[in-house]
This record gives sequence, structure tokens and C-alpha cells, in this order.
Amino acid sequence: MKLAALGFAAALAVPAQAQDAAKEIQRYRQMVAEGSPAELFELEGEALWKKPQGPKNASLERCDLGEGPGVLKAAYAHLPRYFKDADRVMDLETRLLHCMTTLQARTREEATKRVFGSADRPSEFESLSAYIAGQSRGAKIEPGMAHAKEKASYELGRALYLQRVGAWDFSCASCHGDEGKRIRMQELPVLQKPEAARAVMASWPAYRVSTSQFITLQWRMNDCYRQMRTPEPTFGSETTVALIHFLTVTARGETYHGPGNKR
Amino acid sequence: MRGVALVLGLVALPALGDPTPQEVEKVMQRDFHARGQAGMERVLQDGVQRLCTESRDRPPAELAKALEADQMKTVVIPHGSLVGDWKRGEAIAQSGRGLTWNDKPGEPAGGSCYNCHDLSPRELSHGTIGPSLRGFGKVRGASPEVQRYVYGKIYNAKAYNLCSQMPRLGASGTLTPEQIKDLVALLLDPASPVNQ
Repeated sequence: MKLAALGFAAALAVPAQAQDAAKEIQRYRQMVAEGSPAELFELEGEALWKKPQGPKNASLERCDLGEGPGVLKAAYAHLPRYFKDADRVMDLETRLLHCMTTLQARTREEATKRVFGSADRPSEFESLSAYIAGQSRGAKIEPGMAHAKEKASYELGRALYLQRVGAWDFSCASCHGDEGKRIRMQELPVLQKPEAARAVMASWPAYRVSTSQFITLQWRMNDCYRQMRTPEPTFGSETTVALIHFLTVTARGETYHGPGNKR
Repeated sequence: MRGVALVLGLVALPALGDPTPQEVEKVMQRDFHARGQAGMERVLQDGVQRLCTESRDRPPAELAKALEADQMKTVVIPHGSLVGDWKRGEAIAQSGRGLTWNDKPGEPAGGSCYNCHDLSPRELSHGTIGPSLRGFGKVRGASPEVQRYVYGKIYNAKAYNLCSQMPRLGASGTLTPEQIKDLVALLLDPASPVNQ
């Protein structure tokens, strides 16, 4: 796997082949489509889901992701959504944190000590996201939009997308606002548009070839804000959930086929 | 500010129920935390960011002119030649470092120029958010006026086009005057690869 990733990165580094990069990515995606590295993370996530942890020595198997306690089938495809027990809209990672602090009685501080992992050691949230998202393959993306707090979350996400902020005056739309733009060689999807959002949201979370890491949507929001030169958005905050909610609602109706592969 | 909101009402009507930029700012104050050199003051919008958010980057001409003039007051142009060393400028244009929460404070930042612009024909990995700057000096020459324009534009792009997506690289403290001069050289020096 590592070798393929290295070869792929090398191909990207050679400027003369830069124009072939898109083709290379396509070829690589096809190559790994039958045996995605994401599957390794899915297996780790399944073990973690069933592992007793915390003061209550409980597993997450009774965690209610919206479809009922322990029901995983299509649960990810229906997130973010409103949860009555927490009286707020939650995405997958925020809900997992909720289950860790309730079912397992872990402190928020302990459970969020390491939310983003490394190539060698993925975080709990990354492995669990891989496993749970995998149980939504083939399900239609249909996040909650009926409850008043779900509508408010979507609207907040849309407004956040356009908020110009930070030391460099960027909004999400500064990069993801016009068709056909790139940063370096990276093409930038216009995520307010359903056509673009569908393809993207149907494949997150994902295995990232260039860093050999499994990456989640909370990580994506965090790292975009880092590059926007703002302070750090708190993991599971209303801000990050609202943005994820806005993007997911924009993508609704698409069939989920992740976890995917990224450059 | 209220006057601004009234005028803007005629220009860009946000969807009913959408939170205002002020409300979004409050949410961000609650949901973000300072990390490294990225302090919480960065979630507070200044007048430029506020107007550009409210108007979806299409501010009314009169207001834009007034705020551009304010921004121009931030531009401090050094005396003498503004053309530094294009080789150093190329390195600054390549570097995307600076001002993030994991950049070490005090270490030199880059301009992230290639992220958005085509500059040297030797660099094929360039972005397209900004216009191509290939042959920039070849076309315009390097007169003192052109030097001042390029220096000023890099120092504070918002003084020239209020809702430009380009960062205010001097005014934000990202680049030093010396670094900006090196970028001027990258664009204007006849020996620079940009002008080959």
C-alpha cells in the first residue's frame, strides 16, 4: 500500500506529469476500488465499537445514532440530525462523543484528547467513522431537515460558508465558490451546488493516499479553518456540525458509497 | 453600520431566516478557541469583511470606494526602489507558510502566491483562483508607478478591489516590506522567470 502511495505521490511531484495528475488519481481510485485501504480502518472501528471502555466499562454497541440503539444500517446516511436526548443537531463524530460521555461515562476532556490521529495510529473517531459510514453503503443521503433546530443548523451552515473572516479574509466560498478553480493542482468543488456536493459527500470520510491517514469531516472542517488562518473550531461544536449539515443537505438524494479515497 | 445594512438591503437580499454576519460572529466567538498564534480576535470581522459578507462580495460602488480609500491609508510605501531580489521572491511565492495555528510565530511566512496564480512558466503546479501573472513586467514595464502599484496591491489588495479574495499580505502582518519588494522583483525584474 505504502509503495503504491509513494509512487503516486512521486507522479504528482513531477511537474511535467502534472497534467496527467487527474488521470493518475482516477487510475489509482480504480486500482484500490476493489480492496480499499479504508477497509482496514473499518475493521479497527468495528473492534472499537464492541470494546468495553470508560468508568462504566461499556461498549458503544447501545449507542443510538438516530435509527435506534445499536442500529448502524443507514444511520450515517441520515446524519446530521436532531437528537432529543441532547436537544441539538449532531453529526456522526459529535454523536459518538455523546455516547462516550453517557454510555461509557468518559469525560469530554479525556474522550477528545486525541480526535485526529496519525498514519500509524488513527484516532478512535477515525476508526469508528470508517466502520459506521461503511454500514451506510448503498443508502440514500437523507440528513434531518424537519425539526426547527435542523433547519436552523442548515441555515447557520450556509451563512458560515459565506462568512469572510480570519487573518486572510477568507470564507469557504473564497476557494469553493467559483467553477473550475484550483489551488495548485487541486480542483475545488463548488460545494453550495448539489452536483458538486453529491459526489463529495457520498465519499466522506475517506482514506487519504498522500498521508496514509483516514480523515473525517470534523477533520476537514478543522483543517480548512486552519488554512483560513482563523483560531481553531472546537470538535463537535455547533459551527462544525452546521457546516457539515449544510453540505450534507446540499448533497441529499445521492447514494452513499464511501468511505472513499482522496489524493 | 445600520446605514450600510439599509443600503445593502437593496443590493443583496439574504434568504429569510439566515443568520446575519453579526449572529454568525457570535456563534464563532462561542465555538472557536485560540490556538498558537491564531487568537480569538481573528473571528471578529472588520468593516471590509462585514460589508463583503453582507453583499456577497458585490458591495455598492459608493461604499466600496469609501472603504477602499480607508484601506489605502494602511499602505506604507518605502522610499527608493521597490524592486528587490526576484530569486528570494520566487521562494516567497512558493511558500504557503505563515499565520496558521501550527506555524511557529516569528518564523518567516510565505505569500502562497502559486496557490492561486500562474507566475513562472517553470512552475506548472499553480492555482487558478487569481489571474495569471505570466509576463507581468514584460507587458507593463517597471516604472516607479508600476512598482508602487504592485507593492501596494500585495500590501493591501482590498485598497484596490474591496472584496478581492486576495489576502492583505502586508497589512495583515504576513509579509515584511523586504519580502514584498522581493515579490515586486519577481513580477517586474526583466531577469525574473515570470518575464521570460
